[in-house]
Amino acid sequence: MSKAVGIEIAGVNLSYGATHVLKDVDLAVRPGEFFAFLGPSGCGKTTLLRLIAGFAQAQTGQVLLDGRDVAPLPPWKRDVGMVFQSYALWPHMTVAKNVAFGLEERRLPRAEIDRRVAQALDLVGLADLAGRRPAQLSGGQQQRVAVARTIAIEPKVLLLDEPLSNLDAKMRVGVRRELRALQQRLGLTTIFVTHDQEEANTICDRIAVMDAGTIRQVGTPMELYEKPANLFVASFLGSANILGDGHGISVPAGKRLVFRPQHASLSPVDGAALRGPVTHREFLGAAVRYSVRVGDNEILVEAPFQSGGELRAVGDRVGVALPPERMLYLPA
Amino acid sequence: MALAGTRSIGQAALALAIALFLSVFLVMPVATVIYVAFTEKGGGALTLVNFQDFARTDLFVRSFWNSIYVSAMTVVWASALALPLAYLTTRFEFRGAMLVQTLGFLPLVMPPFVGAVAMQLLFGRNGSVNLLLDEWFDFKIGFMEGLNGVIFLQAIHYFPFILVNLSAALRNIDRSMEEAAQNLGSHGLRLFRRIALPLALPGYIAGASLVFVKVFDDVATPLLLNVKEMLAPQAYLRITSIGIDDPMGYVISVVLIGVAVATMWASALVLKGKDYATTQRGGGGLARRKLKPRESFLAYAVVILILALVLAPHVGLLLLSFATVWSFSPLPDGYTLAHYARVLGDSSIYIKNTLLYSSLAAGIDVAIGGAIAYLVLRTKLPGRQWLDWAASTALAVPGVVLGIGYLRAFYGVKMPDGTPLAALWIVIVLAIAIRRLPYALRAAYAALQQISVSLEEAAENLGATKARTVRRIVIPLMTGGLLAGFVTSFATAAVELSAVLMLVQSNSDAPLAYGLYVLMQTPAGRGAGAALGVIAVVIVAICMGLAQLAADRSQRARGLDI
Ligand SMILES: Nc1ncnc2c1ncn2[C@@H]1O[C@H](COP(=O)(O)OP(=O)(O)O)[C@@H](O)[C@H]1O
Ligand SMILES: [Mg+2]
Repeated sequence: MSKAVGIEIAGVNLSYGATHVLKDVDLAVRPGEFFAFLGPSGCGKTTLLRLIAGFAQAQTGQVLLDGRDVAPLPPWKRDVGMVFQSYALWPHMTVAKNVAFGLEERRLPRAEIDRRVAQALDLVGLADLAGRRPAQLSGGQQQRVAVARTIAIEPKVLLLDEPLSNLDAKMRVGVRRELRALQQRLGLTTIFVTHDQEEANTICDRIAVMDAGTIRQVGTPMELYEKPANLFVASFLGSANILGDGHGISVPAGKRLVFRPQHASLSPVDGAALRGPVTHREFLGAAVRYSVRVGDNEILVEAPFQSGGELRAVGDRVGVALPPERMLYLPA
Repeated sequence: MALAGTRSIGQAALALAIALFLSVFLVMPVATVIYVAFTEKGGGALTLVNFQDFARTDLFVRSFWNSIYVSAMTVVWASALALPLAYLTTRFEFRGAMLVQTLGFLPLVMPPFVGAVAMQLLFGRNGSVNLLLDEWFDFKIGFMEGLNGVIFLQAIHYFPFILVNLSAALRNIDRSMEEAAQNLGSHGLRLFRRIALPLALPGYIAGASLVFVKVFDDVATPLLLNVKEMLAPQAYLRITSIGIDDPMGYVISVVLIGVAVATMWASALVLKGKDYATTQRGGGGLARRKLKPRESFLAYAVVILILALVLAPHVGLLLLSFATVWSFSPLPDGYTLAHYARVLGDSSIYIKNTLLYSSLAAGIDVAIGGAIAYLVLRTKLPGRQWLDWAASTALAVPGVVLGIGYLRAFYGVKMPDGTPLAALWIVIVLAIAIRRLPYALRAAYAALQQISVSLEEAAENLGATKARTVRRIVIPLMTGGLLAGFVTSFATAAVELSAVLMLVQSNSDAPLAYGLYVLMQTPAGRGAGAALGVIAVVIVAICMGLAQLAADRSQRARGLDI
């Protein structure tokens, strides 16, 4: 396996007609990293991936692979392996033929092709199914064929567009671990696109959170959770309470107070800065989640559940206590 | 319950009436042909001896293989014309694309026999092109020699069937299919050959098998090019020269049906498990690439060459219709309006007959097609699917076979005054109607499928009976689609010949296509024949335009309704 390659994206703007899809995107993916593009549907993740693969053209900016501008290279010369969201397996070819395709296009000797097809199918655990047609495979198997087909050509980087979205919920956890293990074994720089924060959090080294064509923050899952840079990131990763000024805690102009439900606790009403009646109570197993109406906001508080512990009832007036180090003031 | 009872009685009566019509005018004539082919001449015993005779007669065996050869070569050449055009228009930004798309309608506007004689004058041994080649370069090309002429003419006329089907298939391929290939290092023609073409195979096969069958069944084009040793012309010649009691015409008919069925069956077999459309979502095809200047030049050269070929029969026909004398010269010696005066004068009966027959046939088709579509899509009548199948079998029945079947089945049926039923002009209308019915049926399906069932349910919910719902909701909403179906049926009926050729008993009953065929036989009649051809092309072209307009209208009307 050749050495891992970094990806840099600098000053990219991309529009389709009047729709400005990518806005001033800057990004650096380190060699060997498992990187995620995370954001709601329609925010431009696929478009950014297609830009790297050469299927979309930016109006401004550069894409650098291993420090070299790839603008002059058409898709077929980029050596960027992309796994399509639909998998795009060719129905008229067997699994083995699908996997061999890229190698045949590279005019490798037949023996070499056969060896690498076998190796790639082995890697994804599908050696037995080489003779099948894609239509005869389950969703998970199809996904693995798509991955095998891409890694068989030993691309410089691997792009995965929502690879788990066509699988049922039960399979996703297993498959995402396999993907992570595979990436580690190959040491391949990988970008994983998803709209599911749990997927990104559990397997990726770093995440770029995207919103409406812009990158809102880049960081490790923990950094993003602990130190979100803005309200969008704070509320997109995990749940967050967001409060403006005038609820008992003073908030600087242009900012909002942000805190996580599990960092807050219920306290006696007296002396509490935030207070109000309990409007809902939900039992979550390990915790109990209360909704407390403070002014016109519903504040969520998750208290650890202890058997025999004291519970508050709907209608009780309570206070909400917050440790100062858990209070974030973020720009709106 | 009582209401449901009367409703289904009405539906059943309608279905029975259609079934009766199809039995008498489609199933029985064809069954008669098959029966006669398998019975001894004069006697009634079932036998294979007629087929043995067929296999022992050199002329028939030769004709059979000639027909196979001509049909196959037509598919090859038609593919050679269609492939580059499909590739150019679906994968490149190419301004000639619009031009190419409109070619799709040309075979409907003018069937090959219409331009046959004109093409002989343009491309024959002593035609314009060869005269010029001979003068400038001292050689000739045998475009029109023997079977080549038939292949050349049919390929030019029928390649759009392949083009239209193949282009649609190419456009429907999910673009990620080709992008995945690019991503893995493939591009250009290689990518097209390895990914796009195999995925578009169903479309190609559909077009190619249609072309094969159409060419195999064509009677008039070979005959006008003086090629008699092909199977369909042999069926016609046998019956018209020896008589309707000779079994050979029937045996040939059965072979024609057999080949049509076998072709359709083979194409279904090839396509089994290859219906990729269902596994593809997005569609839209790969992003189109801009052509580089040199590629663009090449592309235009290809398109213009093909366009010139496609237009050649039309141009030739037009020249011929205005020509005083045209032979042994690149262009006519002089020009005249006399041919038009003739066909609009004493030969105008042909035009009148055509207008009458085509409107009647198209009316029958739309009524029956609409009724079958309604019964199949909107009722639960048992056996309704059979009506669809029965009507669709007309696709596998060559026109000449239907004509022979009508002659045989209806000749014995006498009118009160003693004229046989088969000699009445209405029989010509019925034959034409049966031939066009499958197409009208598809149009009716399309029209009905675009109407949401909920619109009808709403009417019934408001108290309308089934019959009133049909009258007040379904028919008005289907009008656009049915009208388009009517006009298309009318247009294609106007140039229907192979069945008509068998059934016309006197010139006064003959439609335009028949008149054209007869006139084209003699050098003296050619000019008038060509004038009739031009008139036919104009009629058909106007109808096609109207059909398009009607279809667009109804689309827009629905858009406003919803
Ligand atoms: N070829 C295109 N033409 C026009 N708009 C497009 C095209 N591709 C994507 N878009 C638009 O760009 C935006 C981002 O799309 P996409 O990158 O697919 O989002 P995501 O993958 O994050 O869901 C969407 O609003 C989409 O409608
Ligand atoms: Mg996407």
